[in-house]
Amino acid sequence: MGDEMDEELQGLKAELSKHGIFTTTFEEMYNWGRKNSVWPLTFGLACCAIEMIATTMARYDLARFGAEVFRASPRQADLIIVSGTVTKKMAPQVVRLYNQMPEPKYVIAMGACAISGGPFRDGYNVLRGIDRYIPVDVHIPGCPPRPEALIDAFMMLQKKIAAQSLTGEDRPRHLREDAPSEFVVPKEGEHGLEPPQNAEVWNPLRVIQE
Amino acid sequence: MTEPEAKTGEIRAAAAPPVTAPPEPVSAEQVKSVLEAGVPGCQVELVVNGNPSAQHSLRIDPAHARASAEFLRSHSELKLDYCSNVTGVDWPVAGSPATPGNPGYLEAVYHLYSMEKKLGPVIVRMRTGNRTDDVQLPSLTPVWRSAEFQEREIFDLYGIVFVGHPDLRRLLMWEGFVDHPMRKDYVPPPEDDPMPQFHGKPPAAPAQSANPGTGEKG
Amino acid sequence: MWMLVPESPWLTVVVLLAGAIGFALAPLGLAALWSRKFSPQKPGPQKNAAYECGLESPGDAWIQFNASYYLYAIVFLIFDVEAIFLLPFAVAFSGLTAGACLAMLLFLLLLVEGLVWACQKGILNWT
Repeated sequence: MGDEMDEELQGLKAELSKHGIFTTTFEEMYNWGRKNSVWPLTFGLACCAIEMIATTMARYDLARFGAEVFRASPRQADLIIVSGTVTKKMAPQVVRLYNQMPEPKYVIAMGACAISGGPFRDGYNVLRGIDRYIPVDVHIPGCPPRPEALIDAFMMLQKKIAAQSLTGEDRPRHLREDAPSEFVVPKEGEHGLEPPQNAEVWNPLRVIQE
Repeated sequence: MTEPEAKTGEIRAAAAPPVTAPPEPVSAEQVKSVLEAGVPGCQVELVVNGNPSAQHSLRIDPAHARASAEFLRSHSELKLDYCSNVTGVDWPVAGSPATPGNPGYLEAVYHLYSMEKKLGPVIVRMRTGNRTDDVQLPSLTPVWRSAEFQEREIFDLYGIVFVGHPDLRRLLMWEGFVDHPMRKDYVPPPEDDPMPQFHGKPPAAPAQSANPGTGEKG
Repeated sequence: MWMLVPESPWLTVVVLLAGAIGFALAPLGLAALWSRKFSPQKPGPQKNAAYECGLESPGDAWIQFNASYYLYAIVFLIFDVEAIFLLPFAVAFSGLTAGACLAMLLFLLLLVEGLVWACQKGILNWT
C-alpha cells in the first residue's frame, strides 16, 4: 500500500512540475542540503592521497559537488576518505579520528589498500582493510583509483545520503538512539592489533572453499 | 626602463652539468690488508660474492668493530666518511647443508663510501653469536651518524641489539611489540580472512594454522 | 486601522527590533527542535577528547613554554619577511642602479647584524 501511495505521490509531483509547480518534502530538502555540503577531513595516508588531492584541484574540481572544504579538524568534517595503506600502527589513529567526527559521518575506503590491504596485504604491519574497525559507506577499487573514480564514489555517497529517511525503521545510524557513535579503538598488542577486527562492524562475505 | 625587461626575459643557454664519475671501486683484499695492519688483533674475513657484481665484503669481529670503523673513517687513503646503507640479514641455520642444532646467526651489513676520495663501496659485516640470547653487536652510530635510524630499524625488524647506540628504540613497529618481523621464521598472527590466499600455494586447511602468534619460535 | 493605534515614534523601532531578534533566534530554535525530534545526542569520552591528530593527548596543554621559543619565532619571522623583500630585489637585479643595490645591501647588513646579535645572545642554541 505504501508503495502505491509513493507512486501516486511521485506521479502527482511530476505532473505538478510540468505546470511549473515545485513540491518537496522536509526529508528531501534536508537531504538535499546535506548531500551538497559534505566536508571531507584533510587526511591522506599514501599514494591514493595524491589522487585525492588531484581530485580537489582545478582539473577535476570536487568543489562542483560541494566538497571543496577539506577540514583540518574532525570536529567540522562529515566524511573521512581513507586514502591509502592503513598500517597497523596507524589504525588506532584512524579509528580515533573517525570517533571524533560528529554525526552524521561517512567513510569512503579509497583504493585496494584501504579496502583489503592491497598489494601489501601479507605485510607484517598492514591492516587488511579499514572496514574491520569502522563502517565503510563506499569502497573504490583501484591502485590508485583515478580522480574520476573518487568523484563517482562521492556521487554514490550523495545518492546514498539523498535516499536516507528521517523516520521509520530503516533510518540511518546517526538517527538511532541505540546505534553507537564510537567504535572500539584497537590496542597495539604484543603480536598485532587487539582485537584484530571489530565483530560489530566487520561482517564480510565469505568465500567457501570446497 | 625598457631595456632591462628584455634582458631579464632572455633565455640563456644553461651550462652543461659537470660530468660526475661514479665512485671508484675499492678492492676488498686491499682494505683487508690495510685493516689488519692498522688495527692490531682485528680478525677480518673476506666474504666472496660469487655474483657478477663481485662485491666482496669484509667480516669484522665485533670486539674490534668500533676501532676498525674509526680507523677506516680516519685512514688517509680511504677516508670512508659516508655510511650509505645499513641492513640486516637473518641466517636461521649457518652453513650449507644445514646442520641440526645449529643456532644460526644474524648479520649487520654496512655500505661505506668516501665522499672526499670518491671511493666505494666498502662493505663491512658483523655477525652475532646466535639468534636468541647472544645478539649484541657494537653500534657504529657514534662513527657514522647516518647509521642511527637504520640500526634502529635492524633492532626493530631483526632483533640485533646495538650496544652504544644513543637511542635504541623500535622504529617501524610500536613499543610493546615483541616479534621481529623480518626474521625468516616469523609467523604473523592468524587473521580472520574471508578471502583465500592464492600466492602460488594451495590454501591451508584451518587445522594447520593452530599456532597463534608464536612469532620467532622457529 | 492605523489611526486607532496610539501614535508612538518608537513603535516601528520596537517592531523591527522584535523582528531582528526573531530572525536571529528562530533558526537556532528550529535547529534545537529538529535535533530533539530527529537526531539523538551521542557524546562519548573519545568524541569529546582533545583533538591531537588522532593520538591520545599525553598530558595537559596548559604548560609553561620556554621563553626562548618566542625569541626564536621572532627571528624566524624577520627573516621570513626578509625573503619577501629579497624576491623583487632579485627579479629586478639586472636593471638596478648601483645606489639601489647599495641600499639593499645596507638593509641586508642590518638584518645580519641582528642575527649576529641573536647568535651571541645564545638564542639560536636550542637546548
